[in-house]
Amino acid sequence: MMLLPCPWCGPRNVTEFAYRGENIARPDPNTADKATWRDYLYYRSNRAGWEREGWFHRAGCRQFFSIERNRTTNETRGVGTPDGAGDAAHSGDSR
Amino acid sequence: MTAPMRLPSQPGEVIDRTVPLMFGWNGRAASGYAGDTITSALAASGERVFSRSFKYHRPRGILTAAFDDPGCTVQVGDEPNVRAAHRRLAAGMDVRAENAWPSLKYDVKAANQLVGRFLGAGFYYKTFISPQRLWPAYESVLRRFSAGGSMSVDARRGDYDKRYVHVDVLVAGGGPAGMAAALAAADAGASVLLVEQEYDLGGHLRYGGAAELATLRELRDRVAAADAIEVLTDSVAIGRYEDNWIAVMQRTAAGVAERLVKARARSLVVAPGLIERPYVFAGNDLPGVMLSTGVRRLINLYAVKPGLRAAAFIANEAGDAAVEDLRRAGVQIAHVADARRGTGLVHATGRGGLRSVRFSDRTVEADLLVTAVGWTAPTALASMAGDRPEFDPGAARFFPTVAELPGGIYCTGGLAGDGSLDELVGHATAVGRAAATRSRVGVAPLPHDPHPALFHGPTDGFVDLCEDVTSKDLATAVAEGYDGAELAKRYTTSTMGPTQGKLEVVNTIAMIAELTGRGIAETGTTTWRPPYAPVTLGALAGRTFEPVRYSPMQPWHSAHGAKPLVAGAWIRPDHYGDPAAEVRAVRSGVGIIDVTPIGKLDLQGPDVAKLLNLLYVNKWSKLGIGRVRYGAMCADDGVVFDDGVTGRLAEDHYLMSTTSSGAAAVWEWVENWLQTEHPEWAVHVTPVTTSYASINVAGPKSRELIARVTDVDLSPDDFGYMHVRTGRVAGVEDSVLWRIGFTGELSYELHVPGAFGLHVWETLLREGADLGVRAFGVEAQRILRLEKGHLIVGQDTDGLTRGFSAGLDWAIKLDKDDFVGKPELVWQGERSDHPRLVGLATVDPQLVPPEASQIVAGGEIVGRVTSSRMSPTLRRSVCLAQLADRLARPGTTVNVRLPDGRTIQARVTDGLAAVDPDGKRMRV
Ligand SMILES: [Zn+2]
Repeated sequence: MMLLPCPWCGPRNVTEFAYRGENIARPDPNTADKATWRDYLYYRSNRAGWEREGWFHRAGCRQFFSIERNRTTNETRGVGTPDGAGDAAHSGDSR
Repeated sequence: MTAPMRLPSQPGEVIDRTVPLMFGWNGRAASGYAGDTITSALAASGERVFSRSFKYHRPRGILTAAFDDPGCTVQVGDEPNVRAAHRRLAAGMDVRAENAWPSLKYDVKAANQLVGRFLGAGFYYKTFISPQRLWPAYESVLRRFSAGGSMSVDARRGDYDKRYVHVDVLVAGGGPAGMAAALAAADAGASVLLVEQEYDLGGHLRYGGAAELATLRELRDRVAAADAIEVLTDSVAIGRYEDNWIAVMQRTAAGVAERLVKARARSLVVAPGLIERPYVFAGNDLPGVMLSTGVRRLINLYAVKPGLRAAAFIANEAGDAAVEDLRRAGVQIAHVADARRGTGLVHATGRGGLRSVRFSDRTVEADLLVTAVGWTAPTALASMAGDRPEFDPGAARFFPTVAELPGGIYCTGGLAGDGSLDELVGHATAVGRAAATRSRVGVAPLPHDPHPALFHGPTDGFVDLCEDVTSKDLATAVAEGYDGAELAKRYTTSTMGPTQGKLEVVNTIAMIAELTGRGIAETGTTTWRPPYAPVTLGALAGRTFEPVRYSPMQPWHSAHGAKPLVAGAWIRPDHYGDPAAEVRAVRSGVGIIDVTPIGKLDLQGPDVAKLLNLLYVNKWSKLGIGRVRYGAMCADDGVVFDDGVTGRLAEDHYLMSTTSSGAAAVWEWVENWLQTEHPEWAVHVTPVTTSYASINVAGPKSRELIARVTDVDLSPDDFGYMHVRTGRVAGVEDSVLWRIGFTGELSYELHVPGAFGLHVWETLLREGADLGVRAFGVEAQRILRLEKGHLIVGQDTDGLTRGFSAGLDWAIKLDKDDFVGKPELVWQGERSDHPRLVGLATVDPQLVPPEASQIVAGGEIVGRVTSSRMSPTLRRSVCLAQLADRLARPGTTVNVRLPDGRTIQARVTDGLAAVDPDGKRMRV
């Protein structure tokens, strides 16, 4: 079971977290066409390698945050705030 | 029972001769000493056969005299598959042989030997592949021949425990290297968990000579004195997962049957020692053929003479030491064949036990044959960490590739290389010190000593003694094209038995390599997967801790015959004996229901209305103070997610209610949108589901009842339908009352501070006695709301039901600037070919189609009944259904297919409500 570094609580078992998936911006609901909206709802890159993702520390501080995770090795870096802005202060190794 | 094979006291023996133990062996009385294993006690009394083999039912005896001994699995009482060469003897044990019928001595199924050629490689695949319809018949026959003991469904072994450990260094293996590594890590300031699979620390030192025993005593004393080292014996690290999350199976743990220890370690030191590898030749499974380590364990740990007249086939110092032990134990040495000088072992013969051994230069009579031909490196934990072990042909064993090990993984002891005891301890000390700081500093690699590569003789024998796989089977597999290690393993099942390949894997690979003309390094190794050692399912399942929630009114419910209903984490009263009577009480007088599980969120701040506008499909900007509104939530795919009412208590203070099952999800949903999309909004969210006890008081007499317990003005002009008030109820301050009507009746929902819930409940029942007040449960509430046509999200909707299919047309406000799910609902509204939520009245009013009955038309499924009950109010069945749009007009007759195959007719009703469609009763 991997450890995930919560920006508020530090490294915790990944089972304490809920995975929210790749960070995807919500399109403007008044101008988005169907294709855009379906991409937002259902399409994910599933790239191997580094990806910025959203996580929720459900069994901890109940905070949403984003972090970069290497999907091949499970290394993490650049833990940040919910809106996806990486916080370099938490990691010297930022994309 | 006599003990003809018991030796006089040995310097390292672990038995306590002052504590004799009586036990049963196949129904006969047997005895041993405390400290004996089941096998050693029986071997001391002269027993040589402990089981019948898996496929051919051949007699099997002691091979390793340790946990992984393939021939020593027995039934103890109601516990099957006990490792008799490991399990310590206890007084009164009822030990029986497994896999033998009618007896160990005369096993009928041994006839399998005579038809052995039919049970070769791929036997099951080839023989039972067709016709497939006969599989059930094949299976029932095969099952009778399968291995394993018997299970009792009534068996009780106590609780299985779990424990969580955080340590700096976990050392897997408590031999000399493991102990030295643990000591060095502790000296460097680390906390250490030292895990040893035997009952005592020491590894091979335990069955060594005087020098080894002296070193053992010294290391054990130092470990015992080190406060930072916790020792778990009879415990195995069974798996290593990411970030050094290590599962340790503690087989002996005080107070519980077994314990699964979940350890998180900064560093893992893998120090399992080496496993002695058997030799493959005809007759290699005869009782009396033993490994040198097995012989040394029997003599030195248990003071058991392994045989009377021994032959030996040895290629290393462990073999020399075993022969020396045999001499000292007074065993006659018939012949020692030294493989280092080129002597070969041809075959062994005997019936029921070893009688004679044929070497390349002579034949000798013997009842014991000791082999010492090499070692298998248990690289399992390193492999699980990503290491790919490499075969060193000169040393004739695999080694972990130290350069490839990820950070925080270390190997030491025999796994890492060779050397004198001092050199191994020195290496382990350097490793322990490095592990404490998670560095690689100061660790020089150990050399690999040369060792002859000996895997098999010139005759065919058993490669896998658990699965009865022979070298001939491997040859067949390769000839049929299964020429990779993983393929041949699956085809023959070699290495797939209870020892998990610990004894067999290298021989299997070596023989495949030879048969295919490749080297061992090219043929590769098979993957070691968790668990490294067998684990009981009980240990994995553990004790179930399932927290349940009860409302503060539970004492009253249980005292009044409430039938419990499990609703998520909650246990609620389903009814109190007669749900129909409960319904009638609500319709005609007044009833009260405990609705504490309803989710409640306290929302405060200037931007709450913005939040509500975003999450609900309807509008919230104009909700006045003191007002309550129904709201439905959709996700961004337009699917209905939850519903409930929210009331505005003050300028910036709202109380939101959710469905009982959605309470946790809605709390997370609200936080999600606030934290990720609108962190600029000032809203503070507090979950208050259990802070309040909630009671719905429903029925035409509910106002009269509430008036007796509150000073809040209840006059309909002041406190109308869909209004909220705060005040005192039954003397309890800070109570919230909202006037809503899920049941379709005049009703007040009370939310009172949780600690006063029972008091308020009992006050209502007392004060309303003359009004005929009656408690009602979830079942009556479900009937009441169904009569009224109020939907339940998740019951009348499913994971695909979007807003306009849930009868929410009146609530969805597409002219709002934004809300979650808006685009999908816009598009759904444009098409209007979606299923609709409708009411159904069966043509035969006494038929209640079960929920989930299909509605069919023209051979197609066009809908389903989502809710159905007999209505005590109307004395006919009432239903809600999801129905195709083209059939959803009121008055349309549809066909409902019942589970018993009958088809009945039902008519679509005008609106969802069967009782009081105009909503007059709840608005009075
Ligand atoms: Zn946290």
